[in-house]
Parts: sequence; structure tokens; C-alpha cells
Amino acid sequence: MLYREAGQFKASYSADMAIFPIRQDRMALYGLLAFAFVGVPLLATLHVWPFDDDYLLRAILIPFLILALGAIGLNVLVGYCGQISLGAGAFMAIGAYGAYKFATGVHIPIPWPIPWPIRWPIRWRLDGPLGGPLDWLDVAITLPPLPVLSSILLGGLAAALVGVLFGIPSLRIKGLYLAVATLAAQFFFDWVFIRVKWFTNYTPSGSVAAPELNFFGLVVNSSVERYLLCLTFVMVFAFMVKNLVRGNIGRQWMAIRDMDIAAELMGIRPLYAKLTAFAVSSFVVGVAGALWAFVYLGAWEPLAFNIDRSFQLLFMVIIGGLGSILGSFLGAAFILILPILLDQVPYALGLPLSVETVSLTVYIVTGALICCLLIVEPRGFARLWSTAKEKLRLWPFPY
Amino acid sequence: MVAFGQFMEVLIGGLLAGVLYSLVALGFVLIFKASGVFNFAQGAMVLLAGLALVRALDFLVSHAMPMWSAVTLGLLFAAAVMAITAWLIERFALGPLVNQDALTLFMATIGVTFVLEGASQMLFGSDVYPLRLYPTDAWFLFEGTFPGGILVNQLDVLGGLIAGVLVAGLAAFFQWTKTGRALRAVADDHAAAQSVGIPIAWIWFVVWLVAGLVALVAATVWGTKLGVQFSITFLALKALPVLIIGGFTSVPGAIIGGLLIGAGEKLAEAYLGPYIGGGIEYWFAYVLALVVLLGRPQGLFGERIIERI
Repeated sequence: MLYREAGQFKASYSADMAIFPIRQDRMALYGLLAFAFVGVPLLATLHVWPFDDDYLLRAILIPFLILALGAIGLNVLVGYCGQISLGAGAFMAIGAYGAYKFATGVHIPIPWPIPWPIRWPIRWRLDGPLGGPLDWLDVAITLPPLPVLSSILLGGLAAALVGVLFGIPSLRIKGLYLAVATLAAQFFFDWVFIRVKWFTNYTPSGSVAAPELNFFGLVVNSSVERYLLCLTFVMVFAFMVKNLVRGNIGRQWMAIRDMDIAAELMGIRPLYAKLTAFAVSSFVVGVAGALWAFVYLGAWEPLAFNIDRSFQLLFMVIIGGLGSILGSFLGAAFILILPILLDQVPYALGLPLSVETVSLTVYIVTGALICCLLIVEPRGFARLWSTAKEKLRLWPFPY
Repeated sequence: MVAFGQFMEVLIGGLLAGVLYSLVALGFVLIFKASGVFNFAQGAMVLLAGLALVRALDFLVSHAMPMWSAVTLGLLFAAAVMAITAWLIERFALGPLVNQDALTLFMATIGVTFVLEGASQMLFGSDVYPLRLYPTDAWFLFEGTFPGGILVNQLDVLGGLIAGVLVAGLAAFFQWTKTGRALRAVADDHAAAQSVGIPIAWIWFVVWLVAGLVALVAATVWGTKLGVQFSITFLALKALPVLIIGGFTSVPGAIIGGLLIGAGEKLAEAYLGPYIGGGIEYWFAYVLALVVLLGRPQGLFGERIIERI
């Protein structure tokens, strides 16, 4: 069966507007999903190569899926709405710590002064903790520990709120100035999660551990279960984001990206479009952060979400292709797996190199490859992929 | 009087530290002015220049060369390294990317950063190398006026003087030389500059060379202050808020921005820090920059952003 859409007639508008209008694409996708959801866990439980030990799942597939989710989130902002952000790591951190707080119970004490006219007539009935009269009422906002799923989603929501807050400057600041301004979020939250002990529940080391991953009675523990959990999250969010960007709001984002003044003249509200982009993007990035902390790391420190993480995500988005969901996956795979592969090369070839030399070489080769890729195809892997598909449609004929 | 003396000390220390930030920010401004590239690699270039200089010095001194000639040769060697780097970057990374949009160029410079960080440490070693080019003693000023006087670091003052000379020279270069004018034309529009016969490859080489030399100057000052080591690349992140306060395109803006950031940061750390927990130096500059940008989106001295449809 050649890759052709000839003979596939669309009988309804909805068939015409499907995400994958070509049957071969659909079948390839179903095949891939079936392999990811059924094949991989099956191979892993049967210990078939390359799944004979945990390594591939634990160290490659799980981080790949989570970072791909983060890249999808960032792509909404950078790729679809054109607002460059270097603060993705901060929003991952907010998602992670937000989810952690919700999962372990929130307690915010608000000392409430009792006004004098109330306090005075009943003063002999008020007993403070120290024996004297009580001037303060100990009011506190307290939430019981929430289930993991709602914690993760609420963590994402917290990230979305902060994202909107840090998105407000984007109404005035544009381009590279905005990119540097988003670094403010990154550095500020790095500091907050180190210094404000409330977020880490006053653990002396500042490192916190994820709660048990209990989803409606199903405890997620082994690598296969963790992998399936991440896969489900990524698929749901990828599907949601894909539909968002195809719809009204996504078109507004893209209009803003292509030329914001023209979009404004056409009646698109920049305030609404930009802030929704920040909110959706931060939400997805925040959920990715919560997963990164809960599912991949298990126990983490603020350092896990520093500026390197922001750059890593931005690289994935740009190398993968701006404004492409598929590109986010390809970019995540490239940026995550390249250093791991390069690390293995000298050992595989049996070269006697020191660890330091290897890590420096990995640096150099990664940087050089990024430059090469930008020169060869500035629009990233997604563009290469679509070019390849165009070629495949004609193959084996020249035109 | 004690409090005022303390305030002056913090203020002056902050201002001088700010000048040192602007030394790094200058490199950014130069490249942005002349090629529209937001050069993230400036921090890595400072590292490379510093490592080349300090290793050459160590080598020459250990071969019994007198100090002054060792310093001259070392500086020449480091300058040559920066020239080669400039040529390589122009030829292999940015030359092929003429006429791409700003974000792509920015990412390319991050790629260059990785290569430079890896290569410089592989070639010259990755330890901490102390550099002693300038005096590092402290002066005590106004000992008559304030009890204990005001402590001022000689190195910081020297760094300030160097930055001043550098800015004057660069401003003159941009304003009055033929190459400087060509640089500004290229920044405005790559294609238009090419069409009137400006050799863009040569111009970009000159720009990256000048940025490399500014990095070398910054490296001599910062290397003396901190020792030449990997963490010197984080200066790039310190210089970014300086840059956006001053405006990406303004050389004097880089200096003024540096002064504002340096003074604001140190004063905030000294007077605000105790109340909300120390270490606010870490983000204060960025939040200050954000506030300034809200008022003036192009920075204090940046060229007005004109948008057309």
C-alpha cells in the first residue's frame, strides 16, 4: 500500500477536518499507540530485549514522555503564540511544589486581630495560650491532603495562575526583551523554593519526597506502571492541546504570533489571547513539572528545576519545530537521548577516555549538532518530517 | 553618621560592582548593535579569553620570562585565540544563518556557548586558575569624615576606569569610522546592507573580534576578582538585566544599567535582605529590570521600537 490519499473521499465536514485526514497516517498512529500502550508493557513484563531491565523505561522513556509534555506546553507559548519564554523551569517547579503542597495538606495560618469592641466586653472569657487575654484569633486556611491526581492538576492550576501573572508584562514587552524578562520568574522562584521553608514543609535539608502515587486505589509503583501513567497524561494533554490550537483560541494565538498589531486591528484581543496562551502553557508545563517530581524523581530539590531545565525545554521546542505537537516529541527525544547516546559511544568503541573528557566532548558535540541543525533546517524536525512525507507521497515518481 | 557611612560604602561598592557587570554587558550590546544577534555566548567567551590568558601566563612565567613581557605575550596570545574563535563562529555558525529570524540566531549562539565551554575547558583545563594582573588591595576613603572610613576595592575602581575608556573608544568607533557605520547598517537590515556592497562576512568577523576583545578585558578584571573558572560563564546571566535596563542597542545604556543594577542590588541586599531572607541579589536585578521594562519596553536608552504593518 503506497502512501497516497487518492480514493479517500470525505463525506462529512468533520471527516474533512480530522486531525489525521489521511488513512495511512491514522493507521500508523493507531499502530504506534497500540505498541506504546500494550506492546511496551508486554515486552517489559516478559523481559524481552531491549526491555530486559528497567533502564530503558526508567531512564529514557519516562523522562522523555514528561519532557515531551513540558515541550508541548512551552510550544503553546513560544511556537503558537510567539512569546519567547525562558522561565519554563520555574513553572515546572511551581507545578511540582504546588502538587506537593496539595498532596501533603495546605495549612496557611492567618493571625486575625480581634477588634477591640468585641474583645473588651468578653475579655474575662478569652484565654490565650500564655494565660493572658487572647487578642488574636488563630484562623487558618487548611486543606486536608488531597488525592494525587487532583494534587497534580491543582499544581498545574497554580502554575497557570502564576503564568498569567508573569504574562501580564508581555502586553508591553516583546521579543527578546520579553525572553530576558521571563528569566525574572525563573530566578525569583528558584529563590522562593530554596528560601521559603513553607513550600518544603520545613524539611531541614530542603529536599522533599513525593507521596505515594495512589490513583483511585491503584498504586503506581513499578517502572511499567509509571510509564503507563506518564503515557496516559501525555496522550490526553497532547490531544487537548492539538484541539485547542486547531480551534478559535489557537487561531487567535497564531494571529498574535504572526503580527500582533495586525491581529489587534482585526479584532483579536491581545490581552485575552496572550494571557490564555500563558495560562494554558503554564498549566501543561506545571503538570509536567509535577509528574517530573512525583513520577520520575520521587525526591527532589529546587535545583531540579533550575535555568538549565528552562533552556532544555526551549531547545526541545526549537529543535523539534515551533508550532508543532509532533515536533515537541521529536525535539524531546533528540535533546534527551543525544547526550545519553554520546556518553555511550567511547565505551562502546573501547576508547580509554576520562569521564571529564567525555562529558566535555558531549558538550561540544551537542552544541555543534544544534548549530548544524539550525543551519540545515531552522524550522526543526517537524519540518524535516513534513518534507519527508511530501516526498513519500510522490514516491517512486519524480512528480 | 555611622549609618550614612555604611550606606555610602554599600552604594559605592554596588556602583563599582555594577560597572564590572557592564563590562560583560558591553560585549552583548556590541554584537546586538552590529548584527542583531542576541549573543548568549558572551559569558563563554569571557571564560575562553580568561583561560587562554591565564594558561599562557603560567606557561611563560614558568619558563623564566620576565613579568611584563609575559603579560604582553599572554594578552597577544589570548587576543589571537579570540580572533580565531571569531572567525570560526562567523564562518561555521552564524554566517550560514544570515537573514534568519532573531530567535533562531539566539538559539545558535546557545549552541556556540556549549561548544566554547566544552572546547575551552578541554584545551586549557578546568580547574580554578588565579590571575594576578591588578592590585586587589582595598582603600579606606574619608577616614576623617566617617568612623572607619569607606572601604573601596582598588580592583573595582580600576575596572571602572577600564570600562570608561572602553566605552569612549567603542562609541567613537561606532560613530566616526567607516567600519562602525557599516556595522550599524548591517544591524538595521542584513539584506539591504549586502545590496549596497557591505561585505557582511568581514563585518561580522570584526564584530565578533571586538566582542572577543571586550571579553578579554572583562576576563582580566573578573579573573583577578574571582579566579578564572567555569562559574565565570554565569556572568552572562548577571549581565542580562543590565542589558535590558540600558537597552540592547545602547553602549552608554550598558554602563548606566550596570550602575543601577549594581547599586540597587547591593542596597537591596543590605537593607531589604534581612527582612525577607538573604540571597535576594539572586533575582533582584531581574525584577528591577522587569519594572523598568514595564515603563519603557525598549529599555532606558534603547532605540524606539517602531512597528509597521
